[in-house]
Amino acid sequence: MNWSEFFHMGGYAPYVWSSYALGLVILVANAVGPALRHRRVKEEIRSRLRREGKL
Amino acid sequence: MWKFIHRLASPKHFYRIAGKWIPWLMAAAVILIALGFYGGLVKAPADYQQGDSFRIIYLHVPAAWMSLFIYMVMATSAAIGLIWKIKLADLFATASAPIGASFTFLALVTGSIWGKPMWGTWWVWDARLTSELLLLFLYLGFMGLQAAIEDRRNAARAGAVLAIVGVVNIPIIHYSVEWWNTLHQGPTVTRMDKPAMHISMLIPLLQAAAGFQIYYFATVLMRVRSLVLQQERRSGWVRELLREEGVR
Amino acid sequence: MLNAFLTMLQRDLLLAYRHRSELANPLLFFVIVVTLFPLAIGPEPGILKNIAPGVIWVAALLASMLSLESVFRTDFNDGSLELMFLSPHPPSLLVLSKIIAHWLITAVPLMLMAPLLAVLLHLPTEGIGVLLLTLLLGTPVLSLVGAIGVALTVGLRRGGMLLALLVLPLYVPVLIFAAGAVRDAALGLPVIGPLAFLGAMLVLSLTLAPLATSAALRISLG
Repeated sequence: MNWSEFFHMGGYAPYVWSSYALGLVILVANAVGPALRHRRVKEEIRSRLRREGKL
Repeated sequence: MWKFIHRLASPKHFYRIAGKWIPWLMAAAVILIALGFYGGLVKAPADYQQGDSFRIIYLHVPAAWMSLFIYMVMATSAAIGLIWKIKLADLFATASAPIGASFTFLALVTGSIWGKPMWGTWWVWDARLTSELLLLFLYLGFMGLQAAIEDRRNAARAGAVLAIVGVVNIPIIHYSVEWWNTLHQGPTVTRMDKPAMHISMLIPLLQAAAGFQIYYFATVLMRVRSLVLQQERRSGWVRELLREEGVR
Repeated sequence: MLNAFLTMLQRDLLLAYRHRSELANPLLFFVIVVTLFPLAIGPEPGILKNIAPGVIWVAALLASMLSLESVFRTDFNDGSLELMFLSPHPPSLLVLSKIIAHWLITAVPLMLMAPLLAVLLHLPTEGIGVLLLTLLLGTPVLSLVGAIGVALTVGLRRGGMLLALLVLPLYVPVLIFAAGAVRDAALGLPVIGPLAFLGAMLVLSLTLAPLATSAALRISLG
């Protein structure tokens, strides 16, 4: 098996690769989104605590 | 064992333990998904009928399985939260919904992309695709309801009732769509699955499915952690935690 | 207990009678929606005959959902719902009587109007009897299931659109079996199977939906 054959997917390349691209986007977004959100939540709580002088 | 579960149910310990687990779960999920996709895209032989287009199965079928599995987990934990008033179970349900909805969406889109070379059109009112579409509506309804209610506790309880009603309805919806489909569909359509799959094609599928499962647990824990933090923002341990992290 | 149930039913019917000008609204909605289809699709009898079961059922479903939206609204706003939950009678029973009252007020006129619309859409005569039968079995399911969604959204300011999102997916089985049965009947096929399923759904929703609705109302009351 060589690379160009692999990418060609027997003529189904657009279907196969667009599916997998979308799949990866969704998988990555579902991991990165919550991570960023977690950081934002922490920042919010931290700044609130600072304002109240508790930190 | 019980002691461990009890400790897990307390937000503080959950936060700490989940934080330790997430990297490991994520790593395991990435390895399994990579193995499954590698096996499916590279190693498995092309299907004798569908050629290479069948390789979408390694994404489509695990996503479809997850879409149902997550709904069940969501409804179960919502029911536990409703009955035994365990906040963590409520948060688990709330956190599961967007992940389940995105897997449902993925299953729908990949099914439709797969349908184009197989059926010649982007969308066929196939029984499974149609049920999947209705499942997406159930997820969106759950999320919409929770978003519309301001009080977090009431939102969780209302969502729980809706999720339980949904679980009772899923088999009915699925069955009725099957019945409707056999009325309408001609025999020309090739079914997506085949009764027997060769073992070299099956193993990557199972690997990808296991990977998706672990991935779901990792991401749901991530979401629950931020929800816990938000809910407990006024408690002492959160202050303590942020103080410690601030020093570092 | 039966007394409480009947008193409640009587009260709701009396209230509806006092506002009888509003009673016609769901019915008018039903008729107008059905009338729109020939205007949109064209007057060919062949096509209209084919879509008649589906069109009538979709219109009935929307009319049922939209009229259901206000079934708990006034009682929720003026506090009588809260009193009902404080009474010694099981709330699911009182909820059931409210749902039955709503069904009597809205669905029964719909059923009376449906044969006329079926004729307008050129539905074969064999289908009309079955259409009435599916409406008789199916619309109570719509009211019962819809009431859960209404109970969940009654406290929200903009519940209408959300209600559609919550309730319509749950209406799908009723729609499939009912419209399917009417279509089969119009073709002269046996319809006992789908009718049996509608009946089963009616029994299931009659037992479970009042419980879910009263649980949902309790949550909405806070």
